[in-house]
Amino acid sequence: MCLAVPALVVELVDEANQIAKVDIGGVRRNVSVALLEDVRVGDWVLVHVGFAIQKIDEEEAKQTLTLLRQMGQLDEEETSAPAGSGDGSKFAPI
Amino acid sequence: MRFIDEFRDSELAKVVVCELERLAQGRHFRIMEICGGHTHTIYRYGLHDVLPTNIELVHGPGCPVCVLPMGKVDDAIAIAKQDGVILATFGDMVRVPGSQGSLMDAQADGADIRMVYSPLDALKIAQQNPDRKVVFFAIGFETTAPGTAVTLLQAKKLGIKNFFVFCNHVLVVPAIKALLDSPETQLDGFIGPGHVTTVIGSKAWEFIPRDYGKGIVISGFEPLDMLQAIYLLVRQIVEGKPRVDVQYTRAVRPDGNLKAKAVMEQVFDFRETFEWRGLGWIERSALKLRPEFSEFDAEMHFDLPQRQIPDPKVCQCGAVLRGTILPWECKVFGTACTPEHPIGACMVSSEGACAAVYQYGRFSRKVRELLQR
Ligand code: SF4
Repeated sequence: MCLAVPALVVELVDEANQIAKVDIGGVRRNVSVALLEDVRVGDWVLVHVGFAIQKIDEEEAKQTLTLLRQMGQLDEEETSAPAGSGDGSKFAPI
Repeated sequence: MRFIDEFRDSELAKVVVCELERLAQGRHFRIMEICGGHTHTIYRYGLHDVLPTNIELVHGPGCPVCVLPMGKVDDAIAIAKQDGVILATFGDMVRVPGSQGSLMDAQADGADIRMVYSPLDALKIAQQNPDRKVVFFAIGFETTAPGTAVTLLQAKKLGIKNFFVFCNHVLVVPAIKALLDSPETQLDGFIGPGHVTTVIGSKAWEFIPRDYGKGIVISGFEPLDMLQAIYLLVRQIVEGKPRVDVQYTRAVRPDGNLKAKAVMEQVFDFRETFEWRGLGWIERSALKLRPEFSEFDAEMHFDLPQRQIPDPKVCQCGAVLRGTILPWECKVFGTACTPEHPIGACMVSSEGACAAVYQYGRFSRKVRELLQR
């Protein structure tokens, strides 16, 4: 029920009624953007029961992935690095 | 970036699991994932199989279909059976058993029940059928309620007279408070519901570390999201510093979606109290329409039985929803209760814990081990 899927805004269909066309993994459909401010073509949004409920921030997504990738790299470095660096504090809280 | 595949990378998942194993060594962790969507990610991607065995995941009450007591299904059926009514609701809701069968059974008896994807579709049905009364059976948490609110504003603007809402929207925060107040609850921390939190904002969870000294990490719904969230939560616990961390930063902001919150505020008011399956009556845990919208309120317009119906004796959905037993510990799991013939709601909903375990988890290593114990 609380499932929401990422969708790309491809067209603002009806600005008065706040309807936009989005692409959800290749499927296009109209959704309401009445719950968001200032939606533009090219924005990524989360769609739930026909409404865009939040914008997706690409920069943040990249940072999350970077942190994930760093976990492994730091692990490798750690095995060759001197002791004392393994306190986990280098994983900055997100 | 498509925000899906990137978060399903199995190589990266292995790395996170290794790190987690190291970090979690030496003690047991009991973690509740609040949201049913997370429960499904866990079983669908086999996360319960790859996580270290000292990390125990307990499923929470975050499935709006599951927490609705049987009496509400009966009320919806009573509305649907009245002359000239079309009852519209989400697909998940139609198979949930009431005391005398489900909405689907009522449909077989001749009631006009339509499955809709969006509340706006229900409004459209009302516009297309001006001589019928169209009732939207609204369920869902804070993720879903704003959509119902926008639909009601639209109905008001268009002056539609044959559209009604049977409002059963519930709120996650009061339910988790109730759970934390129960002496039964023995948890080390929570994986917080990502999509609810896109609306309510991560600040809404600050009471958990502040008042209960436990941690919470708001997580996305892909497997890597969840592994990272579990990692961050375990780290909080190990460090002894409970707080609200957000893993799902690409969609969750501290204040959430202000516009969605304002629309909800405009249309809904708190109910004094509301009954949850498994959790009982919880104050200010559900929404009703404000008096300005009473013309659309199905409770004002239709006679409802409003009976309180206890779950069938064999059904242990309540215990599953409180996280005190795991789905396969219910005596009828997979035998008398299956998705084809559900006894409880947790076996019906696409977010129900029993449905998730039945669908993906039945043959997994850990589930089998536990079943044989
Ligand atoms: S197996 Fe069926 S009856 Fe038992 S808890 Fe799950 S849904 Fe309820």
